Amino acid sequence: MSTRSLQIGMEFDGYRLEEKLHTGGMAALWRVTDLRQRHVNKPGLELGVPPLIMKVPLLFSSDDPTAIVAFEVEQMIMPKLKGEHVPRYFGAGDFDAQPYIVMEQIAGESLRSRFEQAPLPLDEVVSVGIKIANALQDLHRQHVIHLDIKPSNIMFRNGLAVLIDFGLSRHDRLPDLLDEEFRLPMGTGPYISPEQVMGVRNEPRSDLFSLGVLLYHLVTGERPFGHPTSVSGLKKRLYRDPIPPRNHRPDVPEWLQEIILRCLEVDPKARFDTAAQLAFLLQHPNQLTLTNRASKDHQDGYLAVVKRRFKAVGADLLLQHSVSEQLSKAPIIVVALDLTHSSVALAESLRQITRRMLQTEPGARLACLTIRKTSRLGMDESLIQQGENIHVKQLVELKHWARPLNLSTDKITFHVLESPDPAMAIIDYAHNNDVDHIIIGSRGTSALRRYLGSVSAQVVAEAACTVTVVKHNEK
Amino acid sequence: MLIALMTDLHANREALSTCLAHAEEQKVTHYAFLGDIVGYGADPGWVLQTVMDYVAKGNWALMGNHDAAILQENRSGMNPVAKQVVEWTRAQLSPEQIAFVAALPYRIELQDMLLVHANAWAPDKWEYIDGVMEAMRSMHACKAAITFCGHVHMPTLYHMTLTGKTGEFLPTPENSIPLSKQRRWLVIPGSLGQPRDGNPAACYATFDTETQELTYFRVPYDHESAAKKILAAGLPAALANRLLTGE
Repeated sequence: MSTRSLQIGMEFDGYRLEEKLHTGGMAALWRVTDLRQRHVNKPGLELGVPPLIMKVPLLFSSDDPTAIVAFEVEQMIMPKLKGEHVPRYFGAGDFDAQPYIVMEQIAGESLRSRFEQAPLPLDEVVSVGIKIANALQDLHRQHVIHLDIKPSNIMFRNGLAVLIDFGLSRHDRLPDLLDEEFRLPMGTGPYISPEQVMGVRNEPRSDLFSLGVLLYHLVTGERPFGHPTSVSGLKKRLYRDPIPPRNHRPDVPEWLQEIILRCLEVDPKARFDTAAQLAFLLQHPNQLTLTNRASKDHQDGYLAVVKRRFKAVGADLLLQHSVSEQLSKAPIIVVALDLTHSSVALAESLRQITRRMLQTEPGARLACLTIRKTSRLGMDESLIQQGENIHVKQLVELKHWARPLNLSTDKITFHVLESPDPAMAIIDYAHNNDVDHIIIGSRGTSALRRYLGSVSAQVVAEAACTVTVVKHNEK
Repeated sequence: MLIALMTDLHANREALSTCLAHAEEQKVTHYAFLGDIVGYGADPGWVLQTVMDYVAKGNWALMGNHDAAILQENRSGMNPVAKQVVEWTRAQLSPEQIAFVAALPYRIELQDMLLVHANAWAPDKWEYIDGVMEAMRSMHACKAAITFCGHVHMPTLYHMTLTGKTGEFLPTPENSIPLSKQRRWLVIPGSLGQPRDGNPAACYATFDTETQELTYFRVPYDHESAAKKILAAGLPAALANRLLTGE
């Protein structure tokens, strides 16, 4: 059956084609009805089956042999994906008859429509960046690198980004069918990372580069590397740095330029370690260490570019990172401290455990938290002033506690959270920032604990990540 | 059906009994033993009898080079260690068991699948598939969509497009891989009874013919007991060490 002959009302495998929603370069999307109702009451669908779409590859209208393999790749990877940041997979038809993938329809439009209106307000760009970075972290955690991040592959649902189109993706634990097949760069011209241009397909930070291109464009309305179509045009990004965003748009804050240019670094190691760290810094720009990227006001000079160009010729891009390896090498560790109420000895025990943890995880970032318990009622001006003083005092205490750890400023951040419920504040923080590990002290069986309740017990019970509870033996 | 693919059992009772129990937990419905049922290990009688019982219930078994060796009357070409093991092994088997070995096939076709011990181009000549070139040669020598093959002790998955481009993949255990019908596959589950990739845990794989999903497993078993029995039987110490180190 040729794809061209598909028409409204046709049925196969018990799916009826209702309406053609979209025809892209490699596939068409149809809204379908499942006549056999095979998904009713399946786990997770107790509330009903969502509207379904069928993706059908345009195998016969495409001259591009990657189209077939890309569809095969998507058929392999989609059933493996779970969660809110991907469309749910419902089934596939193989190449014997009519190849297709049935998945849930994500309502609304892709980022493409908004993208065409760039430059966009800065707070919107930052919010979009956080959402995409969170979605990428979730994907990377499932051992998948997307490798084709661009506006048309990003949808939104319930305030979260949903990634679509896994035709160029790579799953750490499945054969990479594209890698075996093609030696040409695979990706989309404006967005493709330098290492993808060189044929490397196992670098999760490639997605951060593409996200950097996207953010650059949303902020400035310009493409950082143009829209090259030749391999030599694509390779230019290995040595030619983009015009700094503030040059296009002076109201871009220095921290945002720092983040975007760091995503666009040629060497993946110079980018953020993980998407979670990028999301974290977009949410807490005051925790970012600014470098000369932040204030850069023009492209690098001729000499620097020529030097890089020579270096790029012999570029050693034999990078070997699996996604899971990269994620586990750069975890976010939170240490929750209550310096006002705990003993010096407990603070010291916490520091020892934290130091040990950091020694075994050299790529880790440490976030030091303390919670200032606020009353649930509103405060008047004088209390707010007093509160700010306490806030500063607590920050100073946190920094003092952390000083013996000797961490470089880009590996450690400090946060004073204000909340009437310390345990919930820690749990929410860990959830919102994709924290991998919480270290928290236990006050033991003191009178204070009977009075305040056990924060650590609640954190252990309710946090989604690993929690280490540190006790100090008073004897 | 959900088929367990077990190969290169090498008379390892501890590994086989552990893997059979593991396969049962996976709700395996059929078993295919891809040869080298005996040789090296200390329990050829028990392992062979177990395979015979499974075959009597409608499962499949193939001839491997170590199985063929015990049938050979003239052992003058063998090195002394191999000769010692073969003679010891044959002495443990009943005439009925030897007759079973003598009747084992070199290849079995099941639907669009092919089972062989060594390769598809000459299943009785025992050449190894130890790289992409040999995998291509094997896939070109048969029509099967999926070839399951033993002999090589290292778990590997090869895949080939219709245009003959072939790739190699080292699988991660317990992670199911959907085998696309758009290409051809050559599956090496790895050795159950004598792993050689530095990990002493036993190898086997399952394939679900409904969902086309292939899953490799690594199953830890009591390899220390299996090694002790090799020494107690007076077989070469190197064979015992191999089970301990997986090398």
